[in-house]
Amino acid sequence: MPTRSQVIQAARFEYGIRPDETRFNGSLLEQLTGEDPLDALLPDADTATRFAQLQRVREMRRSMGGGAAAFKKTMKELRSQGARDAMHIFARMVQNPRGFRERLTAFWLDHFTVSPKDPQEDYMLIAYVNDAIRPHIAGRFSALLKAAVTHPSMVFYLNQNNSIGPNSPRGRRQGKGLNENLAREVMELHTLGVGGPYTQDDVRQFAELLTGLGIGPGGMRFEPNRAEPGAETILGHSYGGGEPRLEDIYAFLDDLAMHPATAAHLARKLVVHFIGPAARPALVARMADAYLASGGNLMALYEVLLSDPAATASDFPKVRPPMEYAATVLRALNFDAESILNASMRDTRKFGKALSAMGQRPFKPGGPDGWPEEAESWVTPPQLAARIAWAGEAARDYVDTPDPRALLQAVLGDTAPEALSFAVSGAETKWEGVALLLVSPSLMRR
Amino acid sequence: MTLSRRKFLIQSTLLGCSAAASPLLTPVTLAAAPGDNRLVVIILRGAMDGLGVVRPYGDANFTSYRPSLANREGTQDLDGFFALNGALGDLMPLWRAKELAFVHAVSTPYRDKRSHFDGQDLLETGSNDSAAAPKAGATGWLNRALGLLPDARQETAFSVGPARMLLLDGPQPYSSWSPNADLEMSPQTEALLAKIYADDPLFADSAEMAMALSAKTDATMARGREGNAKILAAFAAARLNEETRIASFSIGGWDTHNNQSRNLARALGQLSQAILALKSGLGANWQRTTVMAVTEFGRTARENGTKGTDHGTGGAMVLAGGALNGGQVFGQWPGLGEFDLYQNRDLQPTDDVRRYMGWALRDLFGMEASAIGSTVFPGVDMGENVGIIA
Repeated sequence: MPTRSQVIQAARFEYGIRPDETRFNGSLLEQLTGEDPLDALLPDADTATRFAQLQRVREMRRSMGGGAAAFKKTMKELRSQGARDAMHIFARMVQNPRGFRERLTAFWLDHFTVSPKDPQEDYMLIAYVNDAIRPHIAGRFSALLKAAVTHPSMVFYLNQNNSIGPNSPRGRRQGKGLNENLAREVMELHTLGVGGPYTQDDVRQFAELLTGLGIGPGGMRFEPNRAEPGAETILGHSYGGGEPRLEDIYAFLDDLAMHPATAAHLARKLVVHFIGPAARPALVARMADAYLASGGNLMALYEVLLSDPAATASDFPKVRPPMEYAATVLRALNFDAESILNASMRDTRKFGKALSAMGQRPFKPGGPDGWPEEAESWVTPPQLAARIAWAGEAARDYVDTPDPRALLQAVLGDTAPEALSFAVSGAETKWEGVALLLVSPSLMRR
Repeated sequence: MTLSRRKFLIQSTLLGCSAAASPLLTPVTLAAAPGDNRLVVIILRGAMDGLGVVRPYGDANFTSYRPSLANREGTQDLDGFFALNGALGDLMPLWRAKELAFVHAVSTPYRDKRSHFDGQDLLETGSNDSAAAPKAGATGWLNRALGLLPDARQETAFSVGPARMLLLDGPQPYSSWSPNADLEMSPQTEALLAKIYADDPLFADSAEMAMALSAKTDATMARGREGNAKILAAFAAARLNEETRIASFSIGGWDTHNNQSRNLARALGQLSQAILALKSGLGANWQRTTVMAVTEFGRTARENGTKGTDHGTGGAMVLAGGALNGGQVFGQWPGLGEFDLYQNRDLQPTDDVRRYMGWALRDLFGMEASAIGSTVFPGVDMGENVGIIA
């Protein structure tokens, strides 16, 4: 039976208790260091390999035409691989004893939201997660920022690939120009925050600096012939001016990462995500100070956050979004992660539909600001109905239904509210008892 | 969310009662409904390009600003100055019947940061605060308007679709359901569920409404893609034919930074189908209906480097319905000259979108203009009636 503090930690920072799991032996911070054995689970899911495959597909279309049977077959494989990848990312939440690692991966994936719109973007998503997000969640934020902002998935999602300096050789030849989407969202969402000290001019200048950042063989590519010539002044400092270089973009991103407004924005987002909506200016300030003093290390943010009394409090103002909730339910049921990885296309689609009905189309947030944080956003009547329907099905059909009273003990220890213990033992059938546990606030809140 | 708690807490003491006797399923009956007029508010998320929808081809700058986007192919002339984007062509019969109108060059007070998310929050809260994001506990203007309706009850206003709408959030009770949602459980489980949610109002209120509405609606009528505007509109029409008088839902897909011709047409197709589904679903009630489609801001007057447009300021609203004084483009046209534009970039807003929404509330539901100016849209000078309702 888990202790009270284990239940609280699993609720707030992980995906709940998995009864059959050998618990990670170490602190939350220790979960973040060292190798993660699950990294080896899916080979060929890195940016270079995936990008090379996409290039091959494009060449196929060029050489044999979009109607050719071999091309269609390859596209179909690409599509199903994208769906399998999504299940793979999800399976790690269910399987990983280092739950905090997965929660932070999800947090930073949301911070640097991309929302694939076609099968090729779906096919790149796991490479984005594996190369741009996962390796950087416990290091310097500047490394995470540079990796995410310059990754083909992001470059494509926020239209940077065809933003062209109007005075660059290509811009002059083709009469093309800027697209300021990525520049704006980097400042508004990824770094300074919408209240931050930047103006429309800064957005424009940054958009000019970003021209040249594109996609090419192998993934990210810098193309000097479409980079706007001349230096850009952003937030009062000058960048570039010589031959256009990727390093000029990196230099500004490094400065953005160490901006006090960025430090406060990141701290606030972590507090809102892991603790709750209440303003905690003192905690945010301590986190931001520690971050800046450490030279921009994310571990400094986490350390202050985890040592705050709010981290171990037993009130749970947040509601798990659907994907997180589904992982929590499947963990509670000791659901075999292998069967998630080997799920049929039909089951994969059905699962996606269930999550959409709960309000979260898997890995497809509506906009670059990612998923909402407010508890109220996840508990509308139709969303809650969808959760109840899915959890009932999971309790009845996904596993050999366990004894609900034993399961209650196994996942909540002695923290279960009295009404829940009563309801779980008062159900007419075993599966309904389990379903009641799964749809209780104790499993939905964190 | 602050949905009504009604009988849910009492329900938890009635373990084992039958579904038929469940107070959840008993409709509340009150003496009077708040009139026969209907209002549908559609939030167009992502910033609709007003200039690309109601195209000022009579303004010479328009074609020079938009070399690849301004061609007139497929557009429908409206009044000799404006032409309608061809993707809304199916709505032309409504225009001729004076059941379609537009308002140009309007905006919320939101300026300069051009963030979708702040812009949408401001549009939905109706706040007068042009810069700051709304604080926790912010309420939607449509919820505050409900507070001015003397006979409003839970069913009067309906949020359609799975997502929460800030527009309707607040202390006044309202209903929320999605056309393809469904919920079935045994009476015993329902009673036990009530018990475990009893101390958590967020879950208790939501579950109570889910059970009541699930019993009333047939989910099988809504087969099709989730988020399909036509399905949302058909569902809204069905509710509006019953006790509901105000319905709201969202249509996304307006953030046309790239390849705007295709992407804007796709979003407009959704809007067009939604309006037509409302009209056919509402039948005779269409004559008493006003549809207002509003967006967080407009887009740049000039096209960008990728055959699209970037975030702007002044935008347009789309109005439809038999209650409308339609067949015209409302608003004061600011012009597109370099010095007419806002920051030499965006269409200059010449009026506040909230004034149009406010006068619609006044004309449809008889609320006092002064109450609208103080409660629904605090700080808005309501001025003269904009005259969009016949």
